Amino acid sequence: MGMNRRDFLTLAAGAGAIATLPAPAIAKESETRVLRFVPQANLPNLDPVWGTQYVVRNASLLVYDTLFGLSSNLEPKPQMCASYETSADGRVWTFRLRDGLYFHDKEPVRSVDVVASLKRWMARDAMGQVLKDRLDTLEVVNDKQFRVQLQKPFPKLLLALAKPMPNIAVVMPERIANSDPFKQVAEYIGSGPMRFRRDEWVPGSRAVFERFSDYVPREETGDWLAGGKRMELDRIEWQVIPDAATAAAALQSGEVDWWETPIADLVPLLRANGKLRVEIADNLGNVGILRFNHLYPPFNDVRVRRAVAMVVSQDDYMHAVVGSDDALWRPMPSIFTPGTPLYTEAGGEILKGPRHWEEAKKLLAEAGYNGEKIVMLVATDIGITKGQSDVTADLLKRLGMNVDYVATDWGTVGARRAKQDPPSAGGWHIFHTWLAGLDCTTPATNIALRANGRKAWFGWPSSELIQTLIGQWYDAPDLAAERWVAADLNKAAMDFLPYIPTGFFLAYQAWRNNVSGIVKAPFPVFWGVRKQ
Amino acid sequence: MLGYVFRRIVTTIPVMAVVALLVFSLLYIAPGDPAAVIAGDQASPEQIAHIRASLGLDRPFLVRFVDWVWRILHGDLGTSIFTNLPVSHMIAQRIEPTLSLMVLTLLLSVVIAIPMGVMAAAKQGTWVDRVIMVLAVLGFSTPVFVIGYVLAYVFALQLNWLPVQGYTPLADGFWPFLQNLILPAFTLGGIYIALIARITRTSMLEVLSQDYVRTARAKGLGFGTVLFVHALKNAAVPITTVIGLGVALLIGGAVVTESVFAIPGLGRLTVDAILRRDYPVIQGVVLLFSFAYVLVNLIVDLLYTVFDPRIRY
Repeated sequence: MGMNRRDFLTLAAGAGAIATLPAPAIAKESETRVLRFVPQANLPNLDPVWGTQYVVRNASLLVYDTLFGLSSNLEPKPQMCASYETSADGRVWTFRLRDGLYFHDKEPVRSVDVVASLKRWMARDAMGQVLKDRLDTLEVVNDKQFRVQLQKPFPKLLLALAKPMPNIAVVMPERIANSDPFKQVAEYIGSGPMRFRRDEWVPGSRAVFERFSDYVPREETGDWLAGGKRMELDRIEWQVIPDAATAAAALQSGEVDWWETPIADLVPLLRANGKLRVEIADNLGNVGILRFNHLYPPFNDVRVRRAVAMVVSQDDYMHAVVGSDDALWRPMPSIFTPGTPLYTEAGGEILKGPRHWEEAKKLLAEAGYNGEKIVMLVATDIGITKGQSDVTADLLKRLGMNVDYVATDWGTVGARRAKQDPPSAGGWHIFHTWLAGLDCTTPATNIALRANGRKAWFGWPSSELIQTLIGQWYDAPDLAAERWVAADLNKAAMDFLPYIPTGFFLAYQAWRNNVSGIVKAPFPVFWGVRKQ
Repeated sequence: MLGYVFRRIVTTIPVMAVVALLVFSLLYIAPGDPAAVIAGDQASPEQIAHIRASLGLDRPFLVRFVDWVWRILHGDLGTSIFTNLPVSHMIAQRIEPTLSLMVLTLLLSVVIAIPMGVMAAAKQGTWVDRVIMVLAVLGFSTPVFVIGYVLAYVFALQLNWLPVQGYTPLADGFWPFLQNLILPAFTLGGIYIALIARITRTSMLEVLSQDYVRTARAKGLGFGTVLFVHALKNAAVPITTVIGLGVALLIGGAVVTESVFAIPGLGRLTVDAILRRDYPVIQGVVLLFSFAYVLVNLIVDLLYTVFDPRIRY
């Protein structure tokens, strides 16, 4: 039987009509179980011990589980652990794993996996290394129990195991955890609520997580990384959209459901759309950092660092970072994140009140600064570092300093700042970055605070007093004692100035109205999130 | 002809060798250290050195170069420092979107630009010519990302006809595949259409003043036949050259277009790798692009013989 032109057109129109029919209810049901999420950056790997990027940490929190989890009031709570016992002298800790823990390859989680994972983590993490230094033995008691014996008490043990600041103490199968901690693991197998679909992974574009049906959440209500991680979604698709305008358009058109880091410029546009919600992502925010190189003149002289601090205006820095939205920033004459238990302004007068230009210039002259070139590394591809650097360049020039503004990309800054050579031989004097506010809630996790010389973070400050006080915080038995140490530490830091905090700033997150259950946290919390 | 093709293929070997040496040397002297990026902010200098050693980045230049070339000769482009995936696997994941985008752009550009150029030449000095040339100037001077944003705003956000971003493989259906590529192809094609239209016009103007065109008209041949059958074929050689050389433009433009439309292609892979200093990926992709460019030039040279029988190799 032949088909003439009219038959063909009729058929084509019919096909078109079928295509416009409502999709079956079952398809819509499955659609609500899939969340499309735009992460802050590309996911380069899924090894949170080897890779320290926040995006790796965020994805790892879905795939891997931890022995303890941090709650929203910054307290470590049992997660994989069912219970634990401590000896009276605080030197012996015995932990018991909860029942029903399985890895994504269906193998049960055993103490031997935990011990191997902790050993790998201790080799890389700063807090892990403190634990390692105090460790006597770390041993398997049986499949469900393991024991930590210490040479001296370590009151921050649970925090070290719970902290979500990289590197995190995730649990992997023993065969994977036994690998070199300085090499990336070959398999991404955890025991968290979602398993990673490696077959669908396109680095730089897409990462897919699928609900792990054998995951048993805790009974308690979920609270950040503590409590029950109950997944209401079957599948989470991370879509990497490097261009902010495209991500905004994709959110508006409904191609994605949740955007982790909308830029401030686009927030008014998103707010004007009735189908979207835009809220502060994380009350712990971020802290801007002006970092000196302490190895070479002029910033190896505390008087020069103080001269700069005396004219720093956090107002200027924060406007350069967040624009005109004053709800997004706060001054912070402190090394601790505002609003957190250890926050104190003790000794922070140098960053408060009117700026003292004349006094600063005198101090600079007294220190013998004589127009030497100041090499400032500027990552122009990142707005936050570029904005801060522009303010600093202007400030130093007004102070009479000779600024060499080295405009480059973050990859180059990352490499060059690691060089301990003199600034005239490929080194540097100043660079800017920022830390997550969560990282600045304790002296242990604030990397810019460490002052153990050439072993410290880039800039290599050396202060015995700061190091002693950090050690005292590790040994502080309770919050009251921690606060005493924190006040002394803030005074010492504001006097010695290992870095200058340029201010505290917040950021937004945005999602579509049909998504609910999104909480404020320093990382995206997917459990409890629903899509209608 | 076959002998010529063989000789040209053989000559690509030293070209690729020079490219390989250049790429490797440039990356060696370029600032940046993947070990520092991997180690992150918490790392001490010792830890960075440890990672650098584990990646083999502390070995001398010659050792690393010879090792790299040896592996390439065995078909191994290496492993990404960051993802731990083979570079060949990452390229294979990304080649379809980029190739699809480039082929569609090429098709659209040729289909739109050549008739535009022919019409502009045929109607030289009239409003048709002027409008086409104004459009060509606009195409040249408007940045790719601006065209991309405007098209996405109008056709995706306002009219809701097409998706804003992403890519659907051809295996998932032709229409979804095409839906994702229409806006990027028009975005990337803007400058290319302008280039081809201008060259077509210039080339056609030269041909249209030839005696044989006047003879064809005098014989009473139709307007279209004279233009598209007699004149265009003789004007095709420079147009083909520009289309071939323009592939380099497409490669450059694809980087921006893929970023604007979040297409997981080779352009974005390259940019991401450069920003992170993922040396094996950069080296692999640049080698691939160089080879593709050499291949396109060979095809263009061979096409000359199709359009102009007087050309023989």
